[in-house]
Amino acid sequence: MTLLALEGISRQVDLPDGSVLPILTGIDLTVAPGEHVSIVGRSGSGKSTLLNILGLLDTPSAGTYLLDGEPTDHLRARRRSRLRGEVFGFVFQQFNLLPRRTAVENVAAPLLYARGRDFLRRRRTAAEMLDRVGLGGRADQVPERLSGGEQQRVAIARALVRAPRVVLADEPTGALDVETGAQVMALLAQATAENGAALVTITHDLSVAALAGRRFRLEAGRLSPLVEQGALGAATSDRSSA
Amino acid sequence: MTGLLGALSEAWDEVRVHKSRVVLSLVGVFLAVFAMTTVTALGQLVAQVQQESAERGAGRPATIQVNAFDPMTGMPPDAEEWDAAVADFTERYGITTAASVSYGEGLYRLPGGTQRVQTVRVSPSYGELHRKEPVQGRWFREGDRASLSPALVVNEAFLEALGVPDLSSRPTVVLGGPTPVRATIVGVVREGYGSELVAYRVDRSGGPWDDAGSVDTAQAMYGGPTTLELWVQPDQAEQVMEIVSRDLGLALGVQVDAYRQDASGMEETLAMLRLAIRGAGIVVLVLGGLGVLNIGLVTVRQRIREIGVRRSFGATSGRIFSAVMLESVCATALAGVAAVGASIVLVRNLPLERLLNDGIPLADTPGFPVAAAVEGLVAATAVGALAGLLPAIIAVRAKVIDAIRF
Repeated sequence: MTLLALEGISRQVDLPDGSVLPILTGIDLTVAPGEHVSIVGRSGSGKSTLLNILGLLDTPSAGTYLLDGEPTDHLRARRRSRLRGEVFGFVFQQFNLLPRRTAVENVAAPLLYARGRDFLRRRRTAAEMLDRVGLGGRADQVPERLSGGEQQRVAIARALVRAPRVVLADEPTGALDVETGAQVMALLAQATAENGAALVTITHDLSVAALAGRRFRLEAGRLSPLVEQGALGAATSDRSSA
Repeated sequence: MTGLLGALSEAWDEVRVHKSRVVLSLVGVFLAVFAMTTVTALGQLVAQVQQESAERGAGRPATIQVNAFDPMTGMPPDAEEWDAAVADFTERYGITTAASVSYGEGLYRLPGGTQRVQTVRVSPSYGELHRKEPVQGRWFREGDRASLSPALVVNEAFLEALGVPDLSSRPTVVLGGPTPVRATIVGVVREGYGSELVAYRVDRSGGPWDDAGSVDTAQAMYGGPTTLELWVQPDQAEQVMEIVSRDLGLALGVQVDAYRQDASGMEETLAMLRLAIRGAGIVVLVLGGLGVLNIGLVTVRQRIREIGVRRSFGATSGRIFSAVMLESVCATALAGVAAVGASIVLVRNLPLERLLNDGIPLADTPGFPVAAAVEGLVAATAVGALAGLLPAIIAVRAKVIDAIRF
């Protein structure tokens, strides 16, 4: 069964001089429930745009995006927002924690947009999620008092707190040192697996990409499988040049 | 339901987290609402003071003054006949407040010698009609009319001339003339210019000394009331003037003139005053609102990334709009509550009677006007809504993908 399916997705933008800039071209991608997929690519290769489209933050110029087999192109903005909150969890490179809110408040923030019991029990759920990522003792700390690794663990807890079916991670280890990055990535993979959520990771780090069951390379807006050692090497050199 | 709770919770959370910024942005609104509410409340009190001041002189709206005299001789009608006709008239038309008043001079034996003093001889109901509020003692009452010692209400200068500091010693004064009598001072009013002595004497004091102290009884000042005052509904004033002239004229065979003596245009003047005060308050409030709007605009631009993150949580455009809007509304509403509270404390503790009414107690001291408090709260909330509108629109129109920047 396919959870997400991109079929011939293209995205282009109109430039002020009247020309058209293609960003993504003919992207085909499927993601199954619980699957771990990684995408590597240069800066400007269209990775962010692809993630935006997957997370219903952006719409493609052409092609079809199916979510649970249903096309998403005719969804109203309100429905897209609700689906985004219910289906997806986001992990950002720069953590994007809400400043001056405690860890537990940050984790509870997505539940402000939930309904019923999930909304009413949000603080308790958030505390439990922080426990799961090993930060139960730091629930009342504001982000400014947390290390980078701790902040990203808070972000992971926040991404998982609504039990999403897909976690979209943009360079989740990009702002961390190698050792901390490995720990955070292991935690992310483990937590999503425990939740039964699919994980789509965009990364420059081949060791991070290697954790995924399926790996892709995005270059000049085109997506291709990343399976050969040579290709991995090219991706590694991409990171050093980024 | 949880959507509304969530929006409120989000807005309150934002206010709580950014206390310093919110407080700074609200200083203007607080001051504006405080000023508007206080000025409105004070305006109403000033209006009350002005109204009472005017009514002390000319009577309450509408006061009809009635004069009767024989057109041939110019003399007033017989006192007893006049009293009977007036009693019959007021009873027939259900006029509950009627007062008699006559002006003249009396002779008073004061420590510095016998002195002529301007004396107004009135019926007890004159006090109600003219809002007489003694600063010491009391105004006349019906029982004073039968007192063997005529009751007097004097001004402070009179009391000073008598050489007594207050009424604790139950001061008396001898009314001079052919048949002197000792009168009792029952109250002190704050009236007269400078050292001018003023005395009120209740009419129809019992006993043969009714005219005691009169400078010239031939003037008939105290022989019978030549002026009658009637307190009627303002919308009936014209009709009453017509009827009283006709009925009393026919009953007594004299000419009766009636005219309205209270300041009938005062309501319009006070309405203009209130309007001017309100206008000034609104201007101040708009200025305060501009401060909130300014800080709101700056803040929302700084929070674009946060708004983008919230969109990634599933926040709809409507939710973002209402959260930013409610944040502004919650904050200004709180400022409004604080401002109205401060205004109430201030207005209730100001020595208003001393500042505005020469120390004379107000007959109807108005409480803090509820309308002013409600207006203050509504205005604060409205300013919050208006000042939150533009930032909320900006927040909604922010491009999420630019805000988040994967």
